[in-house]
Amino acid sequence: MANNVCLGRECGKNTGFWMLLALGGLVMLGTLSAFFYLEHHGHIMTGMNNQIVWGLPHVFAVFLIVAASGVLNVASIGSVFGKKLYKARAPLSGLLALAMLAGGLAVLVLDLGRPDRLIVAMTHYNFKSIFAWNMIFYNGFFAIVGLYLITLMDHKLKPWSKPVGLLAFLWRLALTTATGSIFGFLVARAGYNSALYAPMFIIYSFAYGLAAFLVVQSVMYKWNNIAMDERIVARMKNLLAVFVAAGLYFTVVLHLTNMYFAKQWEFERFLLAGDNIYTTLFWLGQVFIGGIVPLLMLFSPNAAKSPAIVFLAALLVLVGGHAQMYVTIVGGQAFPLDLFPGYAQTSSFFDGEVHSYSPSIWELMLGLGGIATAFLITTVAVRVLKFLPQDDFKEIELEAKEG
Amino acid sequence: MNEPKRPESNLENGERRSFLVASAALAGSAVAPGVMLYGIAQAKPAEEAVTNKVRWGMLVDTNKCATGCTDCVTACNTENGLSGKTGPQDSQWIRKVDIKNLQTGAQHTLPMMCQHCEHPPCVDVCPTGASFKRADGIVLVDRHICIGCRYCMMACPYKARSFVHEPLTDQNPEVPRGKGCVESCTFCVQRVDRDQSPACVEACDKAGHKAMVFGDLNNPESDVAKAVKAYATTEVRGDLRLNTGVRYQGI
Amino acid sequence: MARLSSWLRLAALIGAAAVLAAPSFQAAAGADKPKLEHGKGDKCVEDTDFMRRNHMELLKHHRDETVHQGIRTTKYSLKQCVACHASEKTGSVAATKEDFCAACHSYAGVKLDCWDCHATKPMAKQPGQADAQAEVKASPLMPNPQNGGAKQ
Repeated sequence: MANNVCLGRECGKNTGFWMLLALGGLVMLGTLSAFFYLEHHGHIMTGMNNQIVWGLPHVFAVFLIVAASGVLNVASIGSVFGKKLYKARAPLSGLLALAMLAGGLAVLVLDLGRPDRLIVAMTHYNFKSIFAWNMIFYNGFFAIVGLYLITLMDHKLKPWSKPVGLLAFLWRLALTTATGSIFGFLVARAGYNSALYAPMFIIYSFAYGLAAFLVVQSVMYKWNNIAMDERIVARMKNLLAVFVAAGLYFTVVLHLTNMYFAKQWEFERFLLAGDNIYTTLFWLGQVFIGGIVPLLMLFSPNAAKSPAIVFLAALLVLVGGHAQMYVTIVGGQAFPLDLFPGYAQTSSFFDGEVHSYSPSIWELMLGLGGIATAFLITTVAVRVLKFLPQDDFKEIELEAKEG
Repeated sequence: MNEPKRPESNLENGERRSFLVASAALAGSAVAPGVMLYGIAQAKPAEEAVTNKVRWGMLVDTNKCATGCTDCVTACNTENGLSGKTGPQDSQWIRKVDIKNLQTGAQHTLPMMCQHCEHPPCVDVCPTGASFKRADGIVLVDRHICIGCRYCMMACPYKARSFVHEPLTDQNPEVPRGKGCVESCTFCVQRVDRDQSPACVEACDKAGHKAMVFGDLNNPESDVAKAVKAYATTEVRGDLRLNTGVRYQGI
Repeated sequence: MARLSSWLRLAALIGAAAVLAAPSFQAAAGADKPKLEHGKGDKCVEDTDFMRRNHMELLKHHRDETVHQGIRTTKYSLKQCVACHASEKTGSVAATKEDFCAACHSYAGVKLDCWDCHATKPMAKQPGQADAQAEVKASPLMPNPQNGGAKQ
């Protein structure tokens, strides 16, 4: 069935495009009804509470935002570092970056206690807040990447694509630093409070972004009945492997550091060897499905010749990424704050106990809306504009020989 | 916003004051002379902004705090219109925490609430500036610009804040609160501004425990300033160097 | 808040237009215009026309002063509005569409979110809270003759 779907305007009329729109629209409809339902009844209908204040919507939102900045990397390697293979993919990379950021932000906004006051968030800034800085970075990201896309698509403006691309690259590094620091700057909580969060989120973003790009690219090639060239597969899969390995490395360093500090032992025991969902998600989801298995697949002898293996590995990285966000965001809150070190603590407000969180269908629908938003924007854009990578293999081979 | 601002026009100020004194005197003679006298004698004039000459603070003596007693919690709920329910989604501005030393077995019980830090993490992280510290050290949420992002709840080391999860009705006219905003202990700012102590402190005194002393830390003559000078007191999570307005004695 | 205040400004415009169209608001009540219940006392803290156009600005200014600086004058406080304008029937300013705030705001089609947090009824008399009670008891006495005098 997939072969019947064609995503360029040149494909003419087809039902596949409209079916995709309908699918995305259906999910969005669910998201919006969840939003109005929650807006009316309040967050009491969610599983979030005064202990777990950020839940499933934030898992999806932060994942999309981090992946959005990472997916732009493909363009940066092309524009900033001059690699032809990646340059051909710059427009799609920029588009995905905008679409995914829009999706992530939509979820964040829909989950606010007072979404009707979005204008307040845009007009009142506390410049000491890293969260406020994030809003500035998000808005700037839209502007800069939008401009970058224009320089790529307009022949007259083409010379500008390099400097604007560089700006976009630097901006996205700042953006992900700020996103990681949302957690890194939480001074009181055992699970956060580490400068490692900024670089770690950048590395995660490299991996999640490239994985998302590879998945979308594979689907587009498939639907357009174009066979993926082995040379493209070989180079991009190696890059993904490097990013995934680097992500694992940062994860190891973060936990090794914690394990060296006696005051962090309880938290590490809870996360790495606890009898809870977070331990399972960490080892099975983040490390195994999102790290080790994709690495084994990407380095397997057949991977370079098999786009399917790379596609599957990228998909696993995305799944592992969601597990990582759940562990980081929800797991970090589930572990109780230690108000009185060296004391056992009990109270009516759940002091001293692991906080429980069981998400409701409403917040799941909110979260999926982010993916649906990104999906809809991408589907429409690739339909009306040319985003399919156009490779010139002579140049790519030359580049590969030069090293 | 933290710096106190004098009201713009002195002329109007004077007008307001005379009006106020007149009406207050009228009300006082008409209703409850004794009580109002106390108010007029000590409270700052209503038209005057709070200043950083005052820093409101509290000392909790855990030796006097009675195990099982929750009078302070009940008083807080009554004063501020909280339901008193203790589910995971219900607001609790003050709670009793029972602690036991894992090495020595020593047990204590104490009230825990917003510690009104000099350097409050909730204020640092708030994207809109809704979380703020008043000039006199009271940390508050301006619900008019709170967007309900809950980042302050992530940042607070004391778990002092609650998010209003459902629509509310019949609020206390002096304590507006509603769905979608974050809230926490205000030191009963509406009472402090008319020179009364917070409801929890009053309740603790009434119960005869007198475990909580409230007052101006900057005024060397105040009970609380004398007490923190005389006894060894600690800040909860003192390692964070937030210089809390609430201090504890006996732990 | 910017959006809200722009809405309120729009409301003020509509209100002003209504005033121009019908010199006496109450006299023209025969149509679908809101019948506003008269508040306690002789007159409001400012002229009716002025209040109709500017009450939102006064309230916003006062709200910022009260919340951030602890200035608790009663003249322009929302609590004071409620104290005078609460309906005799419902005891509220926004319980039914006939109540003071709701009447005009539903007529002008301006949504307001004050009552998400603020009480629509004046402080109840609670025997235990002598001081608070005194403050509240003071309110109905306050607005009119004394204030008029102070203004001049």
